[in-house]
Order: sequence, then structure tokens, then C-alpha cells
Amino acid sequence: MTYSPHTEADRARMLEAVGVASIEDLFADIPVAVRAGSWGVPPPLAEQEVRAELARLAGRNRIPDVTFLGAGVYRHLIPAVVGEVIGRSEFATAYTPYQPEVSQGTLQSIYEFQSLICELTGMEVATASHYDGATATAEAALMACRLTRRSRVAVSAGVNPDYRRVLQTYCSGPGIEVDTIPVDLADGGDGTTDPAAIERVGEVACVIAAQPNFYGQLEPMQSLADAAHAAGAQFVAVVEPTSLALLEAPGEYGADIVASEGQPLGIPVNFGGPFVGLMAARMASVRQMPGRLVGATRDVQGRKGYVLTLQAREQHIRREKAASNICTNQALMALAATAYLTAVGPAGLREVAELSMTQARHLTAALESAGLAKRRFGGTYLNEVALRVPNAASRHAALAERGIVAGHLLERDQPELRDTLLLVATELTTDDDIERLVSALDETR
Amino acid sequence: MSYPDDLRYSKEHEWVRLDGTRATIGITSFAADELGDIVFVELPEVGATLSQFGTFGVVESVKAVSDLFAPISGEVIEVNEKLRDAPELLNADAFGDGWIAKVELADPTEVDGLMDAAAYADETA
Repeated sequence: MTYSPHTEADRARMLEAVGVASIEDLFADIPVAVRAGSWGVPPPLAEQEVRAELARLAGRNRIPDVTFLGAGVYRHLIPAVVGEVIGRSEFATAYTPYQPEVSQGTLQSIYEFQSLICELTGMEVATASHYDGATATAEAALMACRLTRRSRVAVSAGVNPDYRRVLQTYCSGPGIEVDTIPVDLADGGDGTTDPAAIERVGEVACVIAAQPNFYGQLEPMQSLADAAHAAGAQFVAVVEPTSLALLEAPGEYGADIVASEGQPLGIPVNFGGPFVGLMAARMASVRQMPGRLVGATRDVQGRKGYVLTLQAREQHIRREKAASNICTNQALMALAATAYLTAVGPAGLREVAELSMTQARHLTAALESAGLAKRRFGGTYLNEVALRVPNAASRHAALAERGIVAGHLLERDQPELRDTLLLVATELTTDDDIERLVSALDETR
Repeated sequence: MSYPDDLRYSKEHEWVRLDGTRATIGITSFAADELGDIVFVELPEVGATLSQFGTFGVVESVKAVSDLFAPISGEVIEVNEKLRDAPELLNADAFGDGWIAKVELADPTEVDGLMDAAAYADETA
């Protein structure tokens, strides 16, 4: 089987038709100095040689026996039905078909996804999804700028540092200024955002805060929302979706826009994704939402059907004036989230969140009672916790050698958080995992 | 096609009705017909400052989303709230109930640069 559809004769005819002698002549306008030299691509290999090479590369992956690493991406049980649903050939296509005449199944699945996200967040309308939590957060900031006609945004330092970097990138093009609202990171501090600090940032389009925040701490979302509204700003809540089974829904504390990483809902922990960004808002703001929405309607015979709604605001119609030119839909990953939420149901999701919270307390208690660690912050945490561990960097490395990932070493990006590990527990964290961490840390004391 | 004689017209298909130092502005019936069924109008805010030929809102029809371009400069003193729930007024009565905003003029002489009804009829012929 050949992967090149054109024969030499085809190519010769095409070159003759456009009036050039060789393919090289097509690149005549590009100066030789800036052309790529050798691509450094190895010679062709036979299939079995490729397999052997890939197996060798895969062998370099280090798969830990035990991990407490979260920091934005979380390991949860994925029921087998999720893989079964997204693996169906009707869904697992390279490009999502939206034509209502032929795509009712796809459109209905997206509509159900949007409905689930609305229910989970307590919001009125959700998009068909975005790339990931970071881009959904950045899009929420741009949306707030359109809604308020302001060009500054404020973000809590408790929002995932990666999200804040993506936000900075998105804002650099349109010239939107990004202010950071500090979090009390002092040893023994509360590890949360101070609502009073919002008054000092002045006229901003939005205040962005995370629940739980990057350090696992529960933020005073109601007070932050009230302070944002008092400043005439939108309040953007960045939430972890499984936590919503236990915590107040953003719609209840007055969030105007919700952005979230949907990975914990049935998507495996992968390096680089694909993940899925969730975004929800109030109906009054729907025309400023980026991306696409599926709506339910009736056809001429009165039958229920699904179509892309508000499509006129998308870039293929509105070009440079579109609500966003830097987003798309992650339909297959959104379907994974839909299948996951449907499989576990409200009670199951609550159980996931409760077990995660319980195991995190067990983890903290085990480390504290062994005298190995101490909570960095006061206040309340959910299932991720910042712990002070002496000589954290070297012990983190030593444990990794033993197949134990002792969470995220915070000083890697934030020098002020020396000797602090961010550890997560989920329903997959066993008592045995915790014991192994305790004894390994004890041995490196 | 003929257009009301008491109005002035811009190349972007907006109209102006002068009333002393104030003016009412809207889009022409030609524009509304070209857009098709209008489903949403994003109105400017009262107090907003318009500059001639700058954008001041958005009109969305079943087939397109288009910017509104101010035919004159000035401050918005009133917007047609009825359009929020009845954007179809733009199709039904573009020069009457479908008005978009009332403006306190910054420079009444700007109107002199706009077309009269006959010139606009030629423009859209």
C-alpha cells in the first residue's frame, strides 16, 4: 500500500500545468538561507523495526508504583464503559461532524454534555467544550473583557500557575493587562486569596479564583464573588469538577463564568492530553461565549432535533471578529466526561469526592503522626494538601527512584515554598499506598 | 427603491434623522433585507461615545453577524429597548420602530458628508 497518491507521471503533468520545471522551483521565493537543511529523519524502517524502536522508547517511561501527584491532573477510576463508548466508530472520528442532517447522535451527545455541566456547576448555559482547563480559563477572561468592555483582569495567585501562564499568553495579543491577587503563602498562613485585596486592584473585567485552589485550600468563594461584583467585575470560578459533588455549586455563590479542567471526569492521566476544558455561564452572557453550543429544537415535522446554535459568532462566519479564534471543541473527550458522569451518577460522584477527601485526611494524619510532615497552611483543604517536609527536594528524588512519586515539589516553580510537597489522594489511593509513602519517607529521614 | 427624503445615509447602510443637536440612527431597509431575519441586536450603552464610522453595536441575523457603524459622532442618550425582545422590528420598520439609538451630536456638520435619499438609492441600485 502506498501512502502517496501521486505517481511520477502525475507530478510531471502537474508541474507542466503550473509551468515550472521541478518541485524545487516552487520554493524559489524562499531564500536558501532560511530553508530547512537536513530534517535529521532516520532512513525508512520495516514494520517490525518500527515496533521494536517504539517499544524501546516506551521502555523509557517510568511508571510509578505509587503516586500522590496531582497539581491539576487527577487519577480516578475510569469505568470500562467510558472507553467502550468513546471507542465506537460513530464517535471516534478524526473530525467532529456537525451537520444536523447526518450528525444527530454527535449533536445529542454534546447537548447532554452541556446539560450535565450546567447541572454540575449550577450555571445556565455551557459550551460544547474547550481544549483544557487553562484555555477555558483564558477564554473566560477574554469573555469578561467583552462583557464589561474593560481591558484588565485580575487573577488569584491560587489559580494553577500553568493556567496563569496561558492566561498571560492569551492576554498579550489583545493587550489585556493581567494583575495577580496574592495568596497568603506564609508558613502557617491560610493559603487563600484575601477578598479585601480585590478592592485594591481597581477597574478590572473579572476576578479569577480557583476552588479548591492550586494548594488544595478552600477559598472563600462567596466573599470573593461579592468583592468582584462590588468592583463591577465578573467573577470567574475555576473549579475541579469532582469537588462539585461536595462543594457549593459556582452558580450558588454568584460566579458569572465557570472554567474547569474536565480531565478528572473519565480521562486518563496523560502527558500533554488530550484533556477537555469546561465552560459555563449565565444565559444573559451567552452571545459572548467562545466556541460552540448545541441547542435542542424541533424540525418541520415537530420532532426533537439538535443543531449548532449561535454559530454565526464563530470564526468561519465572523472571521477576525469571532468571539474566539483560538478555541475548538474537544468532542471525544467531552463524550468521555458524559459517559463517566452517566456511569457514576450523582451518588457515585459524591462517593468519589468523599473517598478522595477521606483518604487525603488519612494521608495527612499518617504523615503528621509519624512526625514526617506538617501542614503548610491553616484553613480547610479538600483532597490535595500542601505539607512541609524537611529536605523535600532530595527526598522527593530519592522516593522517585523507589517508584514513589511524593506529589509535586512546589519549590520547583515557587522558591518561596521551599520544603513543601503538594500531595493528592483520590479514591484510588489505598491505605497501603499511604503506608509505603510513610515508610519510604521515614527511611530517608 | 426609494428612501425617506428627511434622512441622511452612510455607505455602511446606516441612516440619521436630525432633530436640532440630536439625531436618531438606525440601519436602512436595504441593509435589513440583505441581512435577512434579524434575531439579535447588541445595543450600545447609554453614555457611550460614538465616533463617525466607528463600530457601535452588532446585528445578528440568521445568516450573518455584522457590526453597526455610527453614521455620526456623539454621545448615546437613548437606545431602543424594544429591540432587545423584538429585533425583528429592524426588518419590519427599519426607518421607524426599528430605530437603534438617539445621539447628542458632537459635530452636526458631519451630516453634510452623508448621502441624501437619491444618492443612497443610486448607491444601492
